[in-house]
Amino acid sequence: MGFDKFGRKSFTGMTKTAKFVDFLNEGKIEGTVCKQCGAKYFPPRSDCAACLSKDMDWFDMPKKGTLETFTTAYYAPFGFEKDCPYTMGVVDFGNNLKLFARVAGDLKPEDVKVGMDVSIKPLTYEDGQVSFEIIRA
Amino acid sequence: MAKEVAVIGVGQSSFVRGYEGSIRELAFEAFREAMQDAGITAKDVDASVFCSAPEYDKQRSPAGVLAEYLGLIPQPTFYIETVCSSSSSGVKVGYSMIKAGLHDVVVVLGFQKMSEITSAESQERMGRGADIQWEAPFGTMMPAYYALYAQAYMAKNGLTHDDLMNVRIKSGTYGQINERAVYRKGVKASDFDSSNPDARMAGAVAWPLRVGDACANADGSSCIILANAEKAKAFSKKPVWILGIGAASEAVNMAARPDFSKGLSVGYNAAEQAYKMAGITAKDVKVAEVHDCFTIAEIMAYEGLGFAPMGEGKQLIREKATYKEGRIPVNVDGGLLSKGHPIGATGGSQMRTIVLQLRGEAGPMQVPGEPDIGLVHNVGGVGLYGNVTIFGR
Repeated sequence: MGFDKFGRKSFTGMTKTAKFVDFLNEGKIEGTVCKQCGAKYFPPRSDCAACLSKDMDWFDMPKKGTLETFTTAYYAPFGFEKDCPYTMGVVDFGNNLKLFARVAGDLKPEDVKVGMDVSIKPLTYEDGQVSFEIIRA
Repeated sequence: MAKEVAVIGVGQSSFVRGYEGSIRELAFEAFREAMQDAGITAKDVDASVFCSAPEYDKQRSPAGVLAEYLGLIPQPTFYIETVCSSSSSGVKVGYSMIKAGLHDVVVVLGFQKMSEITSAESQERMGRGADIQWEAPFGTMMPAYYALYAQAYMAKNGLTHDDLMNVRIKSGTYGQINERAVYRKGVKASDFDSSNPDARMAGAVAWPLRVGDACANADGSSCIILANAEKAKAFSKKPVWILGIGAASEAVNMAARPDFSKGLSVGYNAAEQAYKMAGITAKDVKVAEVHDCFTIAEIMAYEGLGFAPMGEGKQLIREKATYKEGRIPVNVDGGLLSKGHPIGATGGSQMRTIVLQLRGEAGPMQVPGEPDIGLVHNVGGVGLYGNVTIFGR
C-alpha cells in the first residue's frame, strides 16, 4: 500500500518508509532502529543520520507515555475543515522517543491535560485512509 | 566588537493587505527608500540578495527579475530562503560576502506578496513549512504548532491568557503610531472578552491561542544595504555596525523537539552565538525586535534572549519592562502582531526598526536614552530556523 493512504490527507506519495502504512493495517505502530548503531527514530526514517547506515529495522513503539502538550484546532487548513474541532498532541515515551498525532475524538478537549497518561493506537478512517491516534491510557 | 560591516541604508514599504501592484513594484518601494537613505546609486551596489518564501510567489526564481527591475544588473544576484527569517538569513549571507572581500556593497531585499493566494491556501502552505510527510496529514497549521508550545509553557510556568493578551495590547500601543503597520488600531482588554460575541480577538483559533494572539498576514518589502568599513565611512554619516550574528536550526518534526515548556531552541542557540561574537551580554541590549508571530513567541523570546530567566518571561510583560520606557523595550514598532508579517520582508523590517532606533530616528517610537546596542530575533517556521543579529553604533 502506498504512503498516499497515510493520514486524513497525505502530501507524500512515495517514501521508502511506506511499509509503515502496512504495519498500521496490521494494527502496529512502528518506528525504525538502525542495525549498525542502534539509533531509534520516530517518525520512521530509512537512513541513519547518526552513522550514515541505510540498514534499518522496524520496532514496536511503546504503548505507555505521557502527554507533553496539545492543542485543539478550531480552524483547519484546506481539506481538513470537516474534522473541526480536533485536538493534536505530543506524547513523550522517555528515552528520547516522542510522537505527534491527533487525540482520539472521544476525549473531550476539557478532559485533555498536560502530563496525563496516554496510549496510542492505529486508526482507519471511513474512506480507507489509515493513521494513528492518542488515546486515554 | 569588530566594526567591519555596516548597515548604510534601510527601507520598508508600508505593510498592507492586498498590495495593489506586482512583486517588482512592491520590492521597489523598500529599495527606493533604502537607496535614498544610503545616498547611493545602483552603480555603487556590487551584488544583491533577494529573500522570500517561494510558495507565495507565482514568479519562479524572482532574484533575476527583481534585480533587473531595480537596476542592479549585470551585478551578481541570487535568492535566499528560510521561511519567515529569510531576510535575516540574507543579511547573514551579505555580511559574509563583504567580510570575505568578495563585494564592498550588498543590497539585501526581502519581500512577500501573501495576497497572491487566498487565506485558506495561505494557511495550508504555512503548514507545509513544517513536516508535510508526517504531520500535515493530521491537519496541522502554524497557530496549532505555536499552541503546542503555549500549552506546555502555560502549564509549567503559570503564564496566563491575560499575560498573552497584554503582549497584544503592547503591540497595539505601538502599531497605532507606526504609519507602516497593517494594523493601526489600539487593542483593549475588552477585545479579548470571551463572554462578548462581538469581541474581535477572543475567538479560539488553536487553543490556547486566540485570534488576537496571532499576527496578521500582510504584503510588504524591506531593504537593508550593507557595506564594508571603507565604503560605510565614505557613504554614511551614521553607519550602524553589525556586531554579532547567530543562526541555528532545529528538527522539523514535533516528535524530535526538546522540552516544549522551554521555548524554541533556535532562539537560545542563535542568541548565544550572537552574544559571543559581539562580546556582549543580554544586559547590554537597549532595544530589541523579537519574532512575535504569536503572543507566546514574544514571551519565549524574552527568555531565549536572556532578558528574563527561564520561566519568568511573564514578569517582563506584567511589569511593562518591554514598553518603550521600560528596562528592555521590545517590539516598539508594533511587532509582527500589529505591523504585520510579510514572511520574506519581516527580518529586514525588524532590522530597519533597530537601525532607526540606534540612529535616533525612530520618531514617535524612539526609545529614550540614545540606545547604542540593539538586537533582532527572527525565527523561520515553527522554530525551524532562528537568527539573532546584534547592531551597534
